[in-house]
Amino acid sequence: MWAMIVKEFRQLRRDRRTLAMMIVLPILMLVVFGYAASFDVKSIPVRVIGPAAERLAPALPDPFEVESVDPSAGRSDAETALRDGEVPVVFLTSDTGVTVLLDGSQLFIATSTRGAITALAERAPQRVSVALEVLFNPGLETSAIMVPGLAAMILLFVGTIITSLGVVRERQAGTLEQLAVMPLSPTDVFVGKIAPYFVVAALDMTVVIVAGMWLFDVPFRGSVLAFALGALLFLFVTLGLGVLISSVSENQGQAIQLALLLLLPQIMLSGLIFPLSSMPPGVRWIGYLLPLTYFVEIARGIMVRGAPMSALWPSYLYLAVIGSVVFGLATLRFRRSLAPAERHGRRRPQPALEGASR
Amino acid sequence: MSWGASDLTVRFGAHLALAGVSLEALEGRVTGVVGGDGAGKTTLLRCLVGAIRPDGGEVRRPDPHRIGYLSSSSGTYPDLTVEENLDFAATTYGVPPEEARRRMAEHLERTGLAQARDRLAGDLSGGMRQKLGVIRAMVHRPDLLVLDEPTTGVDPVSRADLWWLVARAAAEGAAVVLATAYLDEAERASWLLALDEGRILAEGTPEQIASGVPGTIHSASARPGGPAAARSWRRGARWRVWTPPGAQSVATDGAEVVPDLHDAVTIAALARELGGASTGGEAA
Repeated sequence: MWAMIVKEFRQLRRDRRTLAMMIVLPILMLVVFGYAASFDVKSIPVRVIGPAAERLAPALPDPFEVESVDPSAGRSDAETALRDGEVPVVFLTSDTGVTVLLDGSQLFIATSTRGAITALAERAPQRVSVALEVLFNPGLETSAIMVPGLAAMILLFVGTIITSLGVVRERQAGTLEQLAVMPLSPTDVFVGKIAPYFVVAALDMTVVIVAGMWLFDVPFRGSVLAFALGALLFLFVTLGLGVLISSVSENQGQAIQLALLLLLPQIMLSGLIFPLSSMPPGVRWIGYLLPLTYFVEIARGIMVRGAPMSALWPSYLYLAVIGSVVFGLATLRFRRSLAPAERHGRRRPQPALEGASR
Repeated sequence: MSWGASDLTVRFGAHLALAGVSLEALEGRVTGVVGGDGAGKTTLLRCLVGAIRPDGGEVRRPDPHRIGYLSSSSGTYPDLTVEENLDFAATTYGVPPEEARRRMAEHLERTGLAQARDRLAGDLSGGMRQKLGVIRAMVHRPDLLVLDEPTTGVDPVSRADLWWLVARAAAEGAAVVLATAYLDEAERASWLLALDEGRILAEGTPEQIASGVPGTIHSASARPGGPAAARSWRRGARWRVWTPPGAQSVATDGAEVVPDLHDAVTIAALARELGGASTGGEAA
């Protein structure tokens, strides 16, 4: 048995990446769960509008934080602001009372607001009526926000894990070198490699959304085209990530490890499960770097709130930028792993003397 | 048309994998590259097809469309069937479907793979998989066919099939370069290059290499003592003792033997080890 233990330790020592993962992953989990995993909403950004706005705004207690006050705005402005995701809660004042409009796609904020409003109404003067209205997801159904999130997760899983495995398999089987000397350009191989995953991911996502709408009555209020464009951009990022992972992994085990290392923070910190607004700023900024954050924003915005593309353009822009960076890097790495210059992972310092002269 | 390499040098870090190796691959000829493990066979072949770039020297190779290559790691997809593997190669090399089907059928039939055409390559025996690899490499009638140890670990029957394919490719006009660790098999090549530690030990036709052995060889029932011990090796149940020109001959209990390819390559390696010049049909 001793020999077995020693052998195992020796093998573990050689596999530095697994060893590093065993140390890094628990720390990562600790940080993510410890700081980010919270359903408690500590601050709720609100907009106060209507004739009595200026009187009400300073009187609002915690957790409400008045973001802007506009006495001249009316109900339709409030609905637009909520639909476009500018703010999750709007206090619409009138001479007789207050109507609190909630964005139902922000489940935890909506729930917290409801609690806070109930407490507030008890203390409010008798003559002021307080009404609560939840827009987009009046029943505050979890499925309505989870199905768009699930669609995002499918793109992430298929794009990142499955793609990275597919490319690494080629390296492991020793067929990558064969491809390198075949009359295929790196682009041929690259596109050929990811096209099937692209199709599968797109189909997969469609099935989930249609099933969600059919089984759970999840709404799809916005434009299908705008959604498709967002999905396309996000897929662009995840496929690039998959190829990038595969280009730095020797085998499928390593690829899965790395993919998990990239997926876990995305799932935890993207606002998919835990609301971004309840995370401390020290962790929240990580969430704002992750591509999933933006696609969740797009998916929920379009499906649940019916937000137009013009309101979501920063998310589209971010996905396009990060997609170009990741995809560019992936293509570069992929070219290198197919290029004859590469030996032992290093580039040749001198130009080749060989020619293809006949 | 002649392809090949001149004065190739390849370094892997501090290790010199090839040192000034040249090889000429002539149309219709099978050029064998022999040598033990680590001799530099694979490196030479990979340079030839463009999988690695040499540190020095020149490679003459046709356009990638006209190269066929079987790497030492089989190069077939285990999760595709025999037919699907060949389809992929034929399409990639732009072989017209009709011709691809005809060639495939003929080669599969001749090498006993016809019944296995719908089986996954991963389920094939080692020999069958190698045959598939060679058929795949020559599906487009390449001008230069490079095969890295296609017969290693293959039974004699499959080996005969493999050699049929190799001869067929050469007859069709391909310049075939084939690496092997087996000297008995290397005799089937029309031109040989024996490598040892990245250098050419001997070069020529198998007959030239065998007849170019300097000095004499005697058979012996036991290993001789003295300095001759370093110049003797076991062949089957008996020993062979080499006496280089000018050295004092050692009396053995056996007769002088006419060297074959095996003896010639062994002596070339011995000569290098003992500090002598390399030998061969055409001095390298």
